[in-house]
Amino acid sequence: MNMPFYVAPEQVMKDRADYARKGIARGRSLIAFRYDAGIAICAENTSSTLRKVSEIYDRIAFAGVGKYNEFDQLRIAGVRHADMKGYSFSREDVDARSLANQYAQSLGQIFTHEMKPMEVEILVAEIGHVEDGSADQLFHILYDGTVMDEDMSVVLGGETDTISERFGDLDVPPSLGEGVRLAASALAGPDRQLGADALEVAVLERGSSRRTFRRLSDEETTEVLTA
Amino acid sequence: MNLPLFRPHDDPGPNFTELLRRSGFAEPVEFDGTVPVEDYRHGTTCVAIRYNDGVLLAGDRRATSGHLISHRAIEKVFPADRHSGVAIAGAAGPAVEMVRLFQLQLEHYEKVEGTSLSLEGKANQLSQMIRSNLPAAMQGMAVVPIFAGFDLARGDGRLFEFDITGGRYEETEHASTGSGSLHAGTVVKLGYRPGMDADTVADLAIEAMFEAADEDSATGGPDPVRGIYPIMATITENGYTRLDDEDLARRTEALIARRRSAN
Repeated sequence: MNMPFYVAPEQVMKDRADYARKGIARGRSLIAFRYDAGIAICAENTSSTLRKVSEIYDRIAFAGVGKYNEFDQLRIAGVRHADMKGYSFSREDVDARSLANQYAQSLGQIFTHEMKPMEVEILVAEIGHVEDGSADQLFHILYDGTVMDEDMSVVLGGETDTISERFGDLDVPPSLGEGVRLAASALAGPDRQLGADALEVAVLERGSSRRTFRRLSDEETTEVLTA
Repeated sequence: MNLPLFRPHDDPGPNFTELLRRSGFAEPVEFDGTVPVEDYRHGTTCVAIRYNDGVLLAGDRRATSGHLISHRAIEKVFPADRHSGVAIAGAAGPAVEMVRLFQLQLEHYEKVEGTSLSLEGKANQLSQMIRSNLPAAMQGMAVVPIFAGFDLARGDGRLFEFDITGGRYEETEHASTGSGSLHAGTVVKLGYRPGMDADTVADLAIEAMFEAADEDSATGGPDPVRGIYPIMATITENGYTRLDDEDLARRTEALIARRRSAN
């Protein structure tokens, strides 16, 4: 009988984490931030069909970076979870915190038990019912199931430290235009510029309609960037 | 409730009812025999009319259980999504549940696939839901809706009638359903002119509902004492809009005034 070589659990976990991080760092990053009328998510994405940011429920949005097929699978699972919960209870019982916990459970399980961890980092954002935005939530979930509750803004993907530094700390939520311009230049860095065709921008917008998620068209994004 | 992750071969795709089935939601109870008509609520007359900007849907507010009025302000006209709506007649319980599932089905598809179903796709989806209700329909609990919407691809309002087998029939001018549909339908048929505007079509629908309530005991007429009027909604390029009660009250008063002066 063959005995497998002993590998320290610390080493196994470290190897898996390195593997996942490398996969995530290969992709392009995104920034989510609170603005004066809700939450905006701004991703660097040259594709106009393969989305990184999407709608989960009336007040909840999803964003993912890393391997597309993996975060898209999580996105669909989130839509299903939310729609089933809303169907069996009520629409107001669907919340981001419980969804973020479910994601964390699944990612944690996959990280420790499956052949390979998921090479993704995801964001679950929800706008609350309070007008000043104090009940808005940003949950940042890592490949190993770590959940972080962010306050004003969060960067997902590779080079997060550099990008966060460029984006800076917000004291008060900016206007949408101001925020998107800041996010675009933070994602681009000093050596290049990102236009509307390289950006995917979507918002959860406080207002009268039930579904608050809205994508900005390329024209709208250009308008915002050049204002 | 845990995160519904599926293996590729048993993934339900963008189908919400299939998702419910795979996730172990209980199927409706099977039973033999019929339910006495006074034991459940019935909803009645609805009409849909095409006009120059799109389609108008209207439905009365009465629910009956046998010979009793069981609800005075039930709603039978619903938005299905941004550019379509359903009006229901038949057993109220299954009908309202069908609408709820239909609305979710459209929204679920849109979110999972990232694009809306075509108007024809939506009509076919509803047709399948009616067909799956056939066993209950044979026991007396039929659901017979009208589906109307604005077809963005064609730039035109369209409407569909159904029968209890799920048969789907597109109408070019108007459609009606429910116990008062004969009377309401006749009024619409006589008053219909191609290319009517929103104002004329709303008055025609008010009149149709008024006449149906005059002849059919299961259809509720306008109730100015309680401020209950038929529900009416228009679906145009700009989406689904419900007409407000003040507008309906004004139109109803005008209709009554016309009738008085004719006598």
